[in-house]
Amino acid sequence: MTTTTTTATAPPTRPVVSRPQERPFGLIRHSLALGRRSLIKTLRTPEQLLDVTLQPIIFTLVYVYLLGGAVSGSTQDYVQFLLPAILVQTVLFGGMATGVNLNTDIGKGVFDRFRSLPIGRSAPLIGSVLGDLIRYVVATVSLLTTGFVLGFRVQTGFLSALLACVLTIVFAFCLSWIFVLVGMLVREPGGVQGIAFLVLFPLTFGTSMITPKETLPGWLQTWVEVNPVSHAMEASRALMVGGSAGTHIAWSLGFSVLVLAVFAPLAVRAYRRRT
Amino acid sequence: MTFAFEAEGLVKRFGKTTALDGIDLAGRQGSVLGVLGPNGAGKTTAVRILATLLRPDAGRATVGGLDVVRQAGKVRRLIGLTGQYASVDEDLTGTENLVLIGQLLDLRRTDARARAKELLNDFGLAEAADRPAKTYSGGMRRRLDLAASLVGRPDVIYLDEPTTGLDPVKRDDVWTIIRSLVGDGVTVLLTTQYLEEADALADDISVIDHGKVIANGSPAELKRVVGGQTVLARPADPARLDDAAAVLAAVAGRPADSPTRGVVAVPVSGDAAFTEIVRRLADAGIAVTELSLRLPSLDEVFFTLTGRHTTEEAA
Ligand SMILES: Nc1ncnc2c1ncn2[C@@H]1O[C@H](COP(=O)(O)OP(=O)(O)OP(=O)(O)O)[C@@H](O)[C@H]1O
Ligand SMILES: [Mg+2]
Repeated sequence: MTTTTTTATAPPTRPVVSRPQERPFGLIRHSLALGRRSLIKTLRTPEQLLDVTLQPIIFTLVYVYLLGGAVSGSTQDYVQFLLPAILVQTVLFGGMATGVNLNTDIGKGVFDRFRSLPIGRSAPLIGSVLGDLIRYVVATVSLLTTGFVLGFRVQTGFLSALLACVLTIVFAFCLSWIFVLVGMLVREPGGVQGIAFLVLFPLTFGTSMITPKETLPGWLQTWVEVNPVSHAMEASRALMVGGSAGTHIAWSLGFSVLVLAVFAPLAVRAYRRRT
Repeated sequence: MTFAFEAEGLVKRFGKTTALDGIDLAGRQGSVLGVLGPNGAGKTTAVRILATLLRPDAGRATVGGLDVVRQAGKVRRLIGLTGQYASVDEDLTGTENLVLIGQLLDLRRTDARARAKELLNDFGLAEAADRPAKTYSGGMRRRLDLAASLVGRPDVIYLDEPTTGLDPVKRDDVWTIIRSLVGDGVTVLLTTQYLEEADALADDISVIDHGKVIANGSPAELKRVVGGQTVLARPADPARLDDAAAVLAAVAGRPADSPTRGVVAVPVSGDAAFTEIVRRLADAGIAVTELSLRLPSLDEVFFTLTGRHTTEEAA
């Protein structure tokens, strides 16, 4: 408030703001502005966060009490084994909604307006993906809280555990572009959900998430070894309860970048084509 | 003559449907072009092409001399679009909606806020500025939608059926806004299904049907083609319907018709005829419960131009 010196009664004869000029770093600014839009929308309708809040609690309870005794001998030991790994599944599942929501939104007039504005074609998509980061954070917090109540304790250190969470979120952020692409290609939101599940199922369950790899049949062990989600889970385990994380981190980050590089451009192309 | 936007021979097909079948449209700088057509005529498709949202299958269109396909990015800096279906974000407040668009148009945050405030004031939405748009009435949403298309001070504004679904008072509000825009030198393309609206706002009218322009001209020219205005009379005593019809026919010099039960109507060429009819009905002692002078409806325009009604399918 430094330049408000106009007289109170005079009607504005000159425009308050003149014609906007193009400024640099447009894609970043526009994506952030749209990310903020998506964040506001989510916070105004908190029901949208119900799935990422409840789903980790339910899955964890089911696994811990159903399998805990059989796999680890006690629920206490099992929760140490399960929690860092199920973190990855939880956050990945949280990303499906990005594709579903975009699919619903895209037919609405708002997206027509975005298309008529001088912004990068990818900005509305990047914005949605960025805004949905809140979902990953909520899912992570809900899961860690549940784990804590059930007796999970970080055995490494705060920073290491934080790194596990950040890595997992980066991993999910990159993989969510697969769901964005599906959201652009499929007509119905229900279809997006269905296909996203089909993609996620072998990725999250073909892992050592709920049982140690050694107990699995040979062919499945082979899949677990190459499945990047296994590596993300093992990285999280190593960073939270101890072990060597290096190769697992490299594997999951490498895969994240690859998915991003392939699927983000495909999603943007599909968005351009969809009218 | 300089045109703010021009479309030549636009063709657009969706599968087997030909939405546009070689359409030409042009908007003179600082004028309102009314595009009049029934449901499915291709109005929205034409607007979407001019707004860079759709690529034509054939033909070309320019805005400010820039091609809407090859120079789409630059065109987007010149245009503002208010689509047929509400394009405001329901969960965002009025201010947030407009500030977002300002930011997407590269305004600095403070400028975007100032512009939002200015527009919300102009559109009578200052009080509702901080409420989510989903709490707005239909008329308020429409105004917010209009405001959103003006954030960047565009040269050309597309308004796709801006008053459909509004009651007459709110419709008048929107009309006032559109008139003030043109006063600012902006060129407007307005689509509508009402001749009355096109007559009230447009400098030029293009009537389109099945993706083709079937008539072009000023409102006056168009009204001349379709027989100017129509006088409608409803005698208080239904038994005097024939007498009333005779009076109307005598003044207009052509037979009167009965469009709905208990009403007689005849096309007339000027206001004088109306006064004359009023006088003669009084002289003949025919009391009327309704007497009006109105423009032909789109349906009547269509009937005159194409020989069929808007609801009939083409043969
Ligand atoms: N995306 C689309 N896919 C298939 N057909 C379409 C599509 N968009 C429009 N059409 C068809 O093209 C024709 C013209 O549609 P358009 O929406 O341009 O008409 P309109 O004049 O705007 O009609 P209305 O007054 O109902 O809004 C219609 O037959 C419509 O069904
Ligand atoms: Mg339409």
